[in-house]
Amino acid sequence: MRYLPNTAQNQRAMLETIGVGDIEDLLVKIPAKARLARPLALPPALAESDLVRHMRGLAARNADADGFACFLGAGAYDHYVPSPINHMILRGEFFTAYTPYQPEASQGTLRTIYEYQTMIAELTGMDVANASIYDGGSSLAEACLMAASITGRTEVALAAGVNPLSRRVVETYVDGPGLKLRDVPSPEGVIDIDAARRVVGGKTAALVVQSPNFYGCLEDVAALAELAHAAGALVVVVADPVNLGVLEAPGRQGADIVVGEGQGLGVPLSFGGPYLGVFAAKNEFVRRMPGRLVGATVDLDGSRGFALTLQTREQHIRRAKATSNICTNVALCALMATIYLSTLGKQGLARVGELSTAKAHYAAERLGAIPGVGLRFAQPFFKEFTLKLPKSPERVAARLAKQHILAGLPLKTFDRKLADCLLVAVTERRTKEEIDQFADALAKAVA
Amino acid sequence: MPYDNQRAYDRLIFELSSPDRLAFSLPASDVPVEPALAAVPAKYRRSQPAALPEVSELDVVRHYSRLSQMNYGVDTHFYPLGSCTMKYNPKINEDMARLSGFARLHPLAPPALAQGALQLMHDLAGMLAEIAGMDAVSLQPAAGAQGELAGVLMIRAYHEARGEKRTKVLIPDSAHGTNPASTALAGYEVIEVKSDAEGRVDLDDLQRHLGPDVAAFMITVPNTLGNFEPRVMEIGELCHAAGAQVYMDGANLNAILGITRPGDLGFDVCHFNLHKTFTTPHGGGGPGAGPVGVKAHLEPFLPAPVIVKGEDGYALDWKRPQSIGKLQAFWGNFGMHVRAYTYIRTMGADGLRAVSDNAVLNANYVMKRLEAQYDVAAPGPCMHECVLSARRQKKLGVSAMDVAKRLLDLGFYAPSTYFPLIVEEALMIEPTETESKETLDAFCEAMIRIAKEAETDPHAIHQAPVTTPVRRLDQTKAAREPNLRWRPTT
Repeated sequence: MRYLPNTAQNQRAMLETIGVGDIEDLLVKIPAKARLARPLALPPALAESDLVRHMRGLAARNADADGFACFLGAGAYDHYVPSPINHMILRGEFFTAYTPYQPEASQGTLRTIYEYQTMIAELTGMDVANASIYDGGSSLAEACLMAASITGRTEVALAAGVNPLSRRVVETYVDGPGLKLRDVPSPEGVIDIDAARRVVGGKTAALVVQSPNFYGCLEDVAALAELAHAAGALVVVVADPVNLGVLEAPGRQGADIVVGEGQGLGVPLSFGGPYLGVFAAKNEFVRRMPGRLVGATVDLDGSRGFALTLQTREQHIRRAKATSNICTNVALCALMATIYLSTLGKQGLARVGELSTAKAHYAAERLGAIPGVGLRFAQPFFKEFTLKLPKSPERVAARLAKQHILAGLPLKTFDRKLADCLLVAVTERRTKEEIDQFADALAKAVA
Repeated sequence: MPYDNQRAYDRLIFELSSPDRLAFSLPASDVPVEPALAAVPAKYRRSQPAALPEVSELDVVRHYSRLSQMNYGVDTHFYPLGSCTMKYNPKINEDMARLSGFARLHPLAPPALAQGALQLMHDLAGMLAEIAGMDAVSLQPAAGAQGELAGVLMIRAYHEARGEKRTKVLIPDSAHGTNPASTALAGYEVIEVKSDAEGRVDLDDLQRHLGPDVAAFMITVPNTLGNFEPRVMEIGELCHAAGAQVYMDGANLNAILGITRPGDLGFDVCHFNLHKTFTTPHGGGGPGAGPVGVKAHLEPFLPAPVIVKGEDGYALDWKRPQSIGKLQAFWGNFGMHVRAYTYIRTMGADGLRAVSDNAVLNANYVMKRLEAQYDVAAPGPCMHECVLSARRQKKLGVSAMDVAKRLLDLGFYAPSTYFPLIVEEALMIEPTETESKETLDAFCEAMIRIAKEAETDPHAIHQAPVTTPVRRLDQTKAAREPNLRWRPTT
């Protein structure tokens, strides 16, 4: 077996040193009646070439974004992934290390996390970012718990435009602590400010606003932040960091905590994970933050060095009283984002945002001009928009898939009122030709 | 600035930045840009450009190559970090995870167009259920701690569905910190159960706490001292008799593949760490994957959606009225599922059994070779890892941390230190099955050498490490004056 180096001779020598005759003699503490008396019922082992053939067969049954023009978004986006990312993350020193418990032998990982924290803080306009949470959904859930812990309040007001998939994660996480979720309606695609004023009050720990929201619309975060702060509530902003090369940093719009799905920062689509939960906050809240934090310090010789810090927040020290139960996070995805942001840099990230919004606006114009088709909401948007169709979005999407176009997400299962709508995302990777083909195919499908 | 050699390399990417240097390749726009930007109201547009690095592609590649060289990893070093199962991560796993049909598949692609991915997840869940002797497995949890949260929430939902209000969860004092943290997050009061000197659950203490208010008992098997808890089935029966569920933390599953199964031992729930037992990479701290397995009575409460196989192929079943809900926005860390699936299909049943046999053999070999120099925390045989104590060395002024730092200079990553909390000066060593006798011998010789140095020259050990990119760090300064981001002036 190529992963098991002990030969029969090695085993004999080791057993002799241990002073037993057989490996079975080492398993004597296991109750006999719980021993498995048969081999595990698993498919037979495959040699590498057979395995590759089998795996290619499975992979071929999926409509990936190479074979299909992908207009799906809703929290996962087909953005450009620069080549160096994969080469760098595959370096075994990064790839096969673990949480940097021994900082002297983990400076590579620690430095990349420190760079990551700096970049995320800069993008979001916050003071401090952590080393990552699992994904956008769990990041938001942690933010809600943190806001409740900071304010001592028991309700969280969630805008209707918060991604419903993330919202369901929040529902799971607030169950134990017993927080109550309250809805802020968005009948016209963005938060109704008057309704928000009625919902946000003395019990509200945080108002959660996503911008651009699930429908693609841009929210007036600054106005909402003012409203929430007036009620003594914190403001949690859900943002896609890829957009922040062009869109205003939530920190400059009054956010207290910024979270988001960082998948677009060079992390593969990979059918939904592993992704990157971005988490940033104001400095005053740093000791309430979940997750790892890396800080700069000095070594015995006075040289700069980096280490995990403020660990008294964490489960391995504080146990039941920790700020979160998170241990393993998504350091490698954070490394992908760090290399992505280094590669794209100041100019490239802005360029990705400009191209994405340009293509999205072009697509909205082309698709919206089809008879019977139109934008569902009259609101500014960025790279995603909600399209109203005259025919069943499920059927239209299925028809376009036959032409290798993933047209977008039918919204019926998320909101019955939007049963005639399709959520369309357009990144910088989509070409004018693909958008034009999409428009032509859609025109035929709804005619 | 002088060009640094590797030992002295001390740059951050921001310090390599030079205005207008580029490392990206983006096409010119084939559609109008200005009207689109104008359609985004000015108040929503960024007022100050994000101060990201401006570097060339070679700057990026060289910088991160050099940073990587400041790390120890399994590919370069023996990494006996106990409880973390730092085994070899097969390269074929990576090739498979990067097939376009997996890596470039959008999570919201219609299920009819994602049949290969859904089949892989469905079949992986089935294989994990067989390995653990469970009736159903959800792949959704992102890591072990999230698997624990899911498991405890299912237990809570189960009791509530039966109209029972139970408020406490019992956890041994030797447990991983995530156990009490996850349990508290699920809304339970955590009650610590004492262990005896050998790390076994104190049955008297357990029985003292068991009662109608106890929802569950949560235990790691093999325990965190690396030993198999011989009375584990008796413990399960006691808990069940009191109406409590039993949860197995599967962090140490690498010890028992094909030998015994959590389900057969009487557990109602267990989680898996795919990044430990099933060779998905540790990545410097994740991503992991923490699937959770349950017996049939807990199946209605599994996270939604559940992947089902029907007449029309594989589908996501959202109609789960008793589900605890979602843990991630999408379906789980699929990329890790591909790697674990690849590994299990590579190994087969006999291969997995050989994994555990050799993991146990290696750990016992290391324990035997070191028992003259270090105190063994609990008498053997151990399972896949052994816990030693440096209490003898401590009397000479050399702590477990000193031993760990000295190992770094001798070319090894360190064992887990100061865990489990019930062992003084703990050194938790998990060799894994992928290490050869030669490597284990070299490691043991290094440990023996350190024990001798503790007697002859403890001062030298206090200086360690000296071969690493930095020496011991001022942790107090790091915590008292938090510096968590780079700024241009520093």
